[in-house]
Amino acid sequence: MSKMTLKTEGDTHVVVTRHFAAAPEAVYRAHTEPALIQKWLLGPDGWTMPVCINEARPGGKIRYEWTNGEGAGFYVTGEFLELVPFSRLVHVERMHMPDATPDNHVETTFAPDGTGTLMTMRMTLPDAATRAAMLSTGMEHGMEASYVRLETTLDASPALNH
Amino acid sequence: MPNLDAAFSALADPTRRAILARLALGETTVMELAEPFEMTQPAISRHLKVLEGAGLILRRVEGTKRPCRLAPAAVNEIDQWLAMLRQALSANYNRLDDVLAAMKTEE
Repeated sequence: MSKMTLKTEGDTHVVVTRHFAAAPEAVYRAHTEPALIQKWLLGPDGWTMPVCINEARPGGKIRYEWTNGEGAGFYVTGEFLELVPFSRLVHVERMHMPDATPDNHVETTFAPDGTGTLMTMRMTLPDAATRAAMLSTGMEHGMEASYVRLETTLDASPALNH
Repeated sequence: MPNLDAAFSALADPTRRAILARLALGETTVMELAEPFEMTQPAISRHLKVLEGAGLILRRVEGTKRPCRLAPAAVNEIDQWLAMLRQALSANYNRLDDVLAAMKTEE
């Protein structure tokens, strides 16, 4: 069953939609309360988020740090621009790997949908190249499991570990 | 058809993925590529050779320059990136389903 959609729009947008079987208030809280965020915003199996700062107010800071427990890790920082409980979040974020990527402007809305919620996340990148680079990063994390399997055949470039 | 193993290895390197992202904007010379990556031209040329061998870029001769552009196979790769991102996000949201179910139970 595929409940999520993810597509590019124009040259600089990525739009994700997903239905949840819970009220908008619960889905909004799961996006703004650190104790809840740390349970699901994790990426591939084996990764955890030991640091989760989410100051859910305009100007509030965001900082998520992920680790695989084996020395690999990266973090995201950001700031909230606008919050409308329990229907809309607007923030900017950037990834540090360790160099910061250009800002990703993210608008997330939570709309009643039957007895549940339709979440729509609209990301805006500064340009097409940045969007392509961001998508390639997603590929990198999606491919983690394959990397473990194929690591002996891969070029163990030191650049991958920095 | 590109060699899939070669394409996989070629894309395992972040610099080579960044080069493809840059080429998504249009044809580029080695000199233009070397600048934003703070790499020497020989280093960039080695990366381009790997990408070319994997069938991800095409190069032509123009005087002493050899401008490069994305091969159709690379355009497909970028679509693949979308599929991978979709997979990673789906895993997160499936976990969120469980979190939401647990919140409901606690109410």
